[in-house]
Amino acid sequence: MPAQSIWTLLSWGPDGWSDDIASGVLVTIVLALATLPIGLTIGFFVAFAKQHEEPSLRLAANIYTTVFRGLPELVTLFLFFFGMPLLLQYLVRLFNPNATVDVNSFIAGMIVLSLIFSSYASEVFLSAFRAIPKGQYEGGYAIGLAKWQTMRLIILPQLIRIAFPGLENCWLSLLKDTSLVSVVNLAETLRQSGVAARVTKHAFLFYSVAALIFLALAILSSIATGHILRHLGRRAVR
Amino acid sequence: MSVSQAIVVDKPPPLARGWPRARIVGYALVGVWILFGLGIVAYLVYAWNPEFFARYAPAYLQGLGTTLSLVSISMVLGAIFSLPVAYGRMSKNWILSGLAYCYVYFFRGTPLLVQTYLVYYGVGSFRPELETVGLWWFFREAFYCGVFAFSLNTAAYQAEILRGAIESVPRGQWEGAASLGLHKLQTLRKVILPQAIIVALRPYGNELILMIKASAIVAIITVYDLMGNAKLAYAKSFDIQAYIWVAIVYLVMVEILRHGVEWIERRITVHLHR
Repeated sequence: MPAQSIWTLLSWGPDGWSDDIASGVLVTIVLALATLPIGLTIGFFVAFAKQHEEPSLRLAANIYTTVFRGLPELVTLFLFFFGMPLLLQYLVRLFNPNATVDVNSFIAGMIVLSLIFSSYASEVFLSAFRAIPKGQYEGGYAIGLAKWQTMRLIILPQLIRIAFPGLENCWLSLLKDTSLVSVVNLAETLRQSGVAARVTKHAFLFYSVAALIFLALAILSSIATGHILRHLGRRAVR
Repeated sequence: MSVSQAIVVDKPPPLARGWPRARIVGYALVGVWILFGLGIVAYLVYAWNPEFFARYAPAYLQGLGTTLSLVSISMVLGAIFSLPVAYGRMSKNWILSGLAYCYVYFFRGTPLLVQTYLVYYGVGSFRPELETVGLWWFFREAFYCGVFAFSLNTAAYQAEILRGAIESVPRGQWEGAASLGLHKLQTLRKVILPQAIIVALRPYGNELILMIKASAIVAIITVYDLMGNAKLAYAKSFDIQAYIWVAIVYLVMVEILRHGVEWIERRITVHLHR
């Protein structure tokens, strides 16, 4: 077989690998976008617990961030990917002795990435909480809003605006961390490029493609966040 | 009289008594953590296997050594290489600053795993060319490839830390030193850096912690660091405690470093506290 030119390798279709890599990119984006709301929600509640006056809540939240920021992402991923089926199997076999449990690598990746993302996002939210003066709460209570109404209507809108730049950084590192899930055989960008590299023996080409794709995703998200930031800023001025 | 009054600080409001909802939730969550911790301890006791320990503990220690040497070599090489990059970033020459910007953007915008693959598998695929240049011995070893990729990566981050710290020192400091007749290098060494270090210490500490965490990645390119040995132990024994032990070691390392950095920061900012 004659050596294929790189343009054939990069084409779309049965000879090229673009379609395979594109499906990987889709998985990467879906994984990151699926993680984002879960991570943001957990991160918000962890930050809320961290600035609460109740010491036990603060303690629980601090343990959470210490553990998930201290562990390497890869170790967390492997612990969950290999450990969770064991635990679930143990629990399920209490009821049904013949059951077997398999953990989908997408789900495992999503859980682990949300744990990591939320522990970083909680720090961002925490500093945003601290930047909001106490008078904002008191003002809310003074006009007769309940606690959760004050939180939702007065604190949260300001919180998001203050936390946004920090959350953008968290999002960028989430995007990069999705590549780790390739290690447990999730067919995302890096995995698909790796398969292409191994089959065609053009490792440098295909890993460069993967790097450029991640770079393009980062650039796209900074363009998008720039738009959102401008929108938020305009509303703040008005 | 008025002085003593000024010192009096408002006491925080007393904690709510009884069992408000937040306290119930808080105690429940702490309880979950305690149960979780006890569960892991119980599992480790239950699964205690002297044979496993005798077999893999030395390997783990060796792996710890590999991890530490990988991280320290990369940090030092990265620190050296970050100097020209930071200089380029702050340069007024647009070609230099553009090059440095692209470098930093590439290494901060792509995953470290991709960069490591790019060096180990990508550069390694040019074997004949590397052999003619006489660099094959370097790119053949997974450890050296890891060091190479990690140094380039951390150089980009450290260049940004350095630039941020130097730019955080007000311009007046440069001008004041210049008016005293110090030249640029003297100004940098005697006036700017002592102030910049205080700003840079925490980011540098964070970068070190991030590097230790990220160094687990080299296990995937067949380096037997701490994580690599855990992978090997798990593949041989199918015993999840392989990963639990390694998690504990990483957690302890990171916590020691974090508290160490905080301690140093308290020491060198003593003059800033009242």
